[in-house]
Amino acid sequence: MMDKVTNIEEIKKSVTAGKTIMIGGFLNVGAPEKLVDMLIEKDMKDLTIITNDTSFPGKGPAKLIERKMVKKLICTHIGTNPETGRQLNAGEIEVEFNPQGTFVERIRSAGAGLGGFLTPTGVGTLVAQGKQIISVGDRDYILELPLKADIALIKAWKADRMGNLVYRRSARNFTPLMAMAAELVIVEAENIVETGSLDPDEVMTPSILVDMIIPGGYENE
Amino acid sequence: MSDARAVIAKRVARMFKDGDIVNLGIGLPTAVANYLPEGINLVIHSENGVTMMGPKPLEGDEDKDVIDAGGRPSTILPGGACFDSAMSFAIIRGGHVDATVLGALQVDKNGNLANWMVPGKVVPGMGGAMDLVVGAKKVIIAMEHSTKNGEFKILKECTLPLTAVAEVDWIVTELGLMEITKEGIIVRELAPGITPEEIQAKTEAGLIFPENIAIME
Repeated sequence: MMDKVTNIEEIKKSVTAGKTIMIGGFLNVGAPEKLVDMLIEKDMKDLTIITNDTSFPGKGPAKLIERKMVKKLICTHIGTNPETGRQLNAGEIEVEFNPQGTFVERIRSAGAGLGGFLTPTGVGTLVAQGKQIISVGDRDYILELPLKADIALIKAWKADRMGNLVYRRSARNFTPLMAMAAELVIVEAENIVETGSLDPDEVMTPSILVDMIIPGGYENE
Repeated sequence: MSDARAVIAKRVARMFKDGDIVNLGIGLPTAVANYLPEGINLVIHSENGVTMMGPKPLEGDEDKDVIDAGGRPSTILPGGACFDSAMSFAIIRGGHVDATVLGALQVDKNGNLANWMVPGKVVPGMGGAMDLVVGAKKVIIAMEHSTKNGEFKILKECTLPLTAVAEVDWIVTELGLMEITKEGIIVRELAPGITPEEIQAKTEAGLIFPENIAIME
């Protein structure tokens, strides 16, 4: 278990149908293109995808929407991808919108073993519908519940063979949280380095959260 | 950018103190950074996990890992920091952002805001807007006063699904600068040549006109 670097064929075997899958990235920065393509090659259907947005047409998670592989989308924003909006208006996809701070904190809660959290965001809006409101002091909060997945597909800038991860600039976004909140965590790394070559203080996601690693992630360069 | 939008961005740009931590929404609000007065430097917070976000890069200098909240290539200025989305929204909800500038579909006299969906038509989602409006110390709405078809955007009561309840503090349009208070919407400044009658005619909510209304520069 000290070397988690593998190949795409092994990853294909580990990913099976009917799954809930988290995909990292904010408007495709930090999105694992090669792992998204792996889902397409496997021709998976009826997926539940948890991702912040559905990127721009033809990129990252957008490719899954365009191929009608997604039954349910849990996200915060779809305004940059007209096809997601079209499928939503046509009733072809179920979309659950979360405020972005709620979205990421729900993922963090799942990964951190919490039963949920109280947020003031969304009180008095559609977001609060069907949710428990709890007053603390003189303020109302929504009880938001954890959000977890079977699989997380994420991208790192650097990974050592053991799975310690480093992200770069705004590509970090949701990834460290998603790495905590899925049963199987698969990393696409731009750079794979020998275990021991990363300074422990530099590591952003500890290796214990990571299961499999493949090289990739440089399509956007 | 149209004249109206430039007028709005210029006025919003004078609403900050040097060193304020500010989050600018996509579109018109982003343009505010182009009009900051001399001596006013802001710490721009970008929801995708950056402080000290800078201007767009020169052509050829783009970094694939540095974008703004609208997905356009951006830069990080000296003193900047990168962090994950949980930290980014802890900063927002935790009251560490001095001001946010956002666009709106509708605002009403109680400070309610609607800017994330038109049911059955356009449903882009709220992204970070709900957290920003609840968490930022000051919420500034920067928008054109009416819709393209001349419909009211400043209403007695919002009719679209809300982004947040009673969180808006200021509205800046090409016609004037308005403050939302418990008493209602007070016009603090009017654009050159705009009369109280004209701005009221384009506003569904009743406006309050104090004695001294400055000219909006």
